[in-house]
Amino acid sequence: MSNIGSYEKRLADFDWSIGEKELGYKKGDPINIGWYCSDRICHLGNGSKTALIWEDYQGNVKHFTYNDIRLLSNTFASFLSNLGLKPGQRICIFMDKIPELYISFLGILKMGGICQPLFSAFGDESLFTRLDNAGTSAILTQKKHLPKVRKILKQLPELKHIIVVDAADSALREREVAFAMEKAERIESFDCYPSTPETPSVLHYTSGTTGLPKGAQHVHYSLISQYLTARWVLDLQPDDIYWCTADPGWVTGTSYGIIGPWSNGVTQAVLDSGFGTERWYAFIQKHRITVWYSAPTAIRLLMRDGIDIVRKYDLSSLRHLCSVGEPLNAEAVIWSKEAFGLAFHDTFWQTETGAIVISNYPGMPIKPGSMGKPFPGITADVVDPVTFQPYKERGKVGLIALKPGWPSMFRTYWKNETVYNGKFKNGWYICGDRASIDSDGYFWFVGRDDDVINTGGHLVGPFEIESALLEHPAVAESAAVGKPDPVNMEVVKAFVALKPGFEPSAELDLEIMNFIRKKLSPLAMPQEIEFVKSLPKTRSGKIMRRLLRAKEWNEPIGDISTLEND
Amino acid sequence: MDDMTKIVLDYVKKEYLEEDDDRELNENTPLISGGIVDSFSMVSLKRFLEKKYNIQIPDADASPEAFDTVNSIVALVNRFLKK
Repeated sequence: MSNIGSYEKRLADFDWSIGEKELGYKKGDPINIGWYCSDRICHLGNGSKTALIWEDYQGNVKHFTYNDIRLLSNTFASFLSNLGLKPGQRICIFMDKIPELYISFLGILKMGGICQPLFSAFGDESLFTRLDNAGTSAILTQKKHLPKVRKILKQLPELKHIIVVDAADSALREREVAFAMEKAERIESFDCYPSTPETPSVLHYTSGTTGLPKGAQHVHYSLISQYLTARWVLDLQPDDIYWCTADPGWVTGTSYGIIGPWSNGVTQAVLDSGFGTERWYAFIQKHRITVWYSAPTAIRLLMRDGIDIVRKYDLSSLRHLCSVGEPLNAEAVIWSKEAFGLAFHDTFWQTETGAIVISNYPGMPIKPGSMGKPFPGITADVVDPVTFQPYKERGKVGLIALKPGWPSMFRTYWKNETVYNGKFKNGWYICGDRASIDSDGYFWFVGRDDDVINTGGHLVGPFEIESALLEHPAVAESAAVGKPDPVNMEVVKAFVALKPGFEPSAELDLEIMNFIRKKLSPLAMPQEIEFVKSLPKTRSGKIMRRLLRAKEWNEPIGDISTLEND
Repeated sequence: MDDMTKIVLDYVKKEYLEEDDDRELNENTPLISGGIVDSFSMVSLKRFLEKKYNIQIPDADASPEAFDTVNSIVALVNRFLKK
């Protein structure tokens, strides 16, 4: 029997207080995500239950109970406080998927810090942009990532502490300090910061169509959404072994890679390894994974390797599959039914929503390719892009819109209230995606409404890429768009006009690719570069990305009356 | 170590490790599963190999497994050199 039971019944009598009651939270009480994900589970008598099964690429395995993560998160919290860090300060986590990442996340929240997880593959420029914008006070990292931090340190006077979790003190430099979690004294009792529902908790940077990435700021009350959606969409139950493949540098990896499962007191398994089809199946078999939350890009890679490989492994433990990050094509849903006997349930949400807002549910028929229906408590619709009024008729393509006010809705973009306010029109939060709703109430994704590139389930902003391209000595002008890709849905393609004295060549092509990969990230790296004489611009000089994008997708070019030249 | 293995190993060290990264890398070090080269970065490595050795590696052959070590990469390149 699924936790959600009947979707229709849940819709009829829903209130977010359901989540509050189940968590034992009463209005007026302090609410701290770190506490709810560790201490509370121990108070319920489950301290000796396994919270985390961690495995690295060499097959080394570590287990942590809920009592372990309670004590170790206290240890982190105490260490950070003793360094002089205060509630409200931004503390970045810049690590691979090692236990220290997951446990320090709770520790930062317990001492009242605002946690800023960042993807460990970010280059120094991407790292700088985000740390500078947030005014980050401390960063927890590993020695392999130190060079990137050191490169930008002089430009970050507010970054006072670089805490290295795997290096001896003697190897460290100015502002750097070693902290070995497993050697540190376990702290039995830490005075958890008495956060209120609106106390800032997590800052996740996300790319937009214009400008540099923005910090979507969440609050401790987001726990209610994350707890309840993990229970009703992912269907997490007491005996489950859950695997979320997302990296906690992205919101899926925190909302459903830490908060969702641990507030539900469920055991989760983490694989700290690059993608490998057999590696993944072996992991599922070894740890008897029951619920698996992954991404369409990974699912398409698994599909490419076929069903024969699936049959080599015992995946009979699996009972529920969900997917996130980009729309899950119908073919993948049908394939997973054949391969695993189970269909992947697509879920839709964003960094800004903090938790799942539209989804497929256990027990509800899946229409392959559909996003599903709104989560109970979420009012979602499709609105006209000019008037922002919901369409009366079904089947019409418009902008996905949500009525503000769900617990995990972001509260602002860090230091960018103007752009934050611009996301709300006519009383709706506008997601930036286009969709239609069919006569049964199922949502169908059409595409982004802007120039943001969704590659491998991660959003990349064209402006950041173009700005970085302009830093290359050969580049005079640049434009970055998404081009179709059978595995990643889209990948970055750059159009580059060169400065006098430079000529297109295979060497320059590769040089620019590597330049962007190291500066920004592998996701932002153009997988194709087209050298052009000039870029299409409006008469006011603005590059018309949509023309370039339309050609890549074989779509109509649309109105070109503002184009500077034919 | 033959020339190709050395060239590929040197390229991976130069392009995928930071300057003061002191990790040991040899022809058997897991690159993809070990998190040194991710699936997106693989594209630039594939591009390097194709340009350097004047070959075309079909996407279907450019799997994470084929790129997981310098040795497996060299074996892949040699396969397409013979064609």
